[in-house]
Amino acid sequence: MTEVPALLPALPEIILAVGALALLMLGVFSGEKSLRTVSALAVLLLLAAVAAVLPGYHDTVVTFGGMFVSDSFGGFCKILILIGSAISIIISVDYLERENLKRFEYPVLIVLATLGMLMMVSSNDLIALYIGLETQSLALYVMAAFSRDSARSTEAGLKYFVLGALSSGMLLYGSSLIYGYTGGTSFEQIAAAVSGDGPVPIGVLLGLVFVLSGLAFKVSAVPFHMWTPDVYEGAPTPVTAFFAVAPKIAAMALFTRTMFGAFPEIADEWQQILVFLSIASMIVGAVFAIVQTNIKRLMAYSSIGHVGYALMGLAAASPDGVKAVLIYLAIYLAMNVGAFALIIAMRRKDGATESIADLSGLSQSRPAMAFALAVFMFSLAGIPPLAGFFGKFYVFIAAIESDLTYLAVIGALASTVSAFYYLRIVKIMYFDEPAAPFDVHPGKGIVAVALTSAAITMLFAFPVIVSRVQAIAGTAAQSLFQ
Amino acid sequence: MTIGLENYLIVAAILFTLGIFGIFLNRKNVIIILMSIELMLLAVNINLVAFSVFLGNLVGQVFALFVLTVAAGEAAIGLAILVIYFRNRGTIAVEDISQMKG
Repeated sequence: MTEVPALLPALPEIILAVGALALLMLGVFSGEKSLRTVSALAVLLLLAAVAAVLPGYHDTVVTFGGMFVSDSFGGFCKILILIGSAISIIISVDYLERENLKRFEYPVLIVLATLGMLMMVSSNDLIALYIGLETQSLALYVMAAFSRDSARSTEAGLKYFVLGALSSGMLLYGSSLIYGYTGGTSFEQIAAAVSGDGPVPIGVLLGLVFVLSGLAFKVSAVPFHMWTPDVYEGAPTPVTAFFAVAPKIAAMALFTRTMFGAFPEIADEWQQILVFLSIASMIVGAVFAIVQTNIKRLMAYSSIGHVGYALMGLAAASPDGVKAVLIYLAIYLAMNVGAFALIIAMRRKDGATESIADLSGLSQSRPAMAFALAVFMFSLAGIPPLAGFFGKFYVFIAAIESDLTYLAVIGALASTVSAFYYLRIVKIMYFDEPAAPFDVHPGKGIVAVALTSAAITMLFAFPVIVSRVQAIAGTAAQSLFQ
Repeated sequence: MTIGLENYLIVAAILFTLGIFGIFLNRKNVIIILMSIELMLLAVNINLVAFSVFLGNLVGQVFALFVLTVAAGEAAIGLAILVIYFRNRGTIAVEDISQMKG
């Protein structure tokens, strides 16, 4: 007789899985008009999952034969992911209705992708990691091609699918080598096998490199970033908004969990790879964004740059580094949902626009929107006292404490270069001749999200908030090192 | 001659490399890319099953079953995306997938 495993630690995942199926049934039976109902219920479902994460937040529990771990590191990332997904649904509905994409599958796909992300964050085994990653990716491929009558959206879906499948293949090949040379797939077994004296088997190192490239694809770190600009540009704007936050956070959390769960003893081996990925991402993110004329493409390069900074915290390979990554992800979420809410609101009578030139003179036609967007741009550039500054600050400190001062210096230089294109948007909005104004009603959800995240971005000017966030991220990071 | 673990690993490595080259060198047809992806996943399965037998440990075979299942789902979604892409563009040549650049 085998025992039934403890199911309670996986309650958030179970809620999402069952809820997604129920929403699918509801959508099928009430037809195409049900987008709003299904969306509202999906948001409630995601919030219910947040409520299910909270009770077990401080305990570290391993279940399902060691495949699944629930701890405060996972809890922290899960809450960020769930909030990011819920907000993505809220800011999408009006856009989908206006663009004639009124299909109830959209919120259901977001819930399913979120389920995969929660699995990724909690995975404690290569098999669980792979299943979580694929649950997420399969839903995301479909979402990229969601506007199925648009050539650009389907092309984005196709590119994302091909490169995503390639990265899954690399990750799997690496996993198979690691399994073969350590004799197990669970992170504890791998960690035990590579921690002994003597050299690490070459098969494990080769496997580690393959796994790292697979994960780098998923977080879109340079040199595995080629899909990002095309997918961000081609996918419908709300889908881009979703791609930019929740899957990024989940993939970074998975990256952290894999490195510190399975390979903590050979940090020297992966540290150099991460340093390279981080430097390359920061530089490419800063330089290539300068020439972009499409705001979604610009945000894609911006997100590549931000992944570089987050990877810097991971490259520090210390509890402080993980804490810095968590703070960075929380701040990244707050800035990006706000910025994307406003990008979704960029529309004229003849449809949505995505060109940066269309923002010209926005401060005269829509002063509030221009001010909020300026706040996000300053914050993304990392200008104190806004939130983005503190994200970068803790990452730089963690890098310096791990004797990676050169990495922090390169980060500071890249951040100066990237400030150029963020500030250029502010200049275009405030000092250029006004273009035709945008529509006046972007929808209540978008306004609420933009206001809240602008407020959160500015709240970081108070030291109380900063130290509170730092304390929460600190306990979450500690749970990874017990 | 006895066939050892190395032989299996070499076959898998060759298949995997063929798969990667199939994706990057192929300039003709997206279907060939889908076939290359399947080739990569099969290489992984050979690896997993060979390791599983030589280690005397079942985890590898369980993993291989999961990979097979997900590969089927992945192929279905890939073909579905390919169909809507073809409907919009009327071609599935790799060279034509270049509306967005830069």
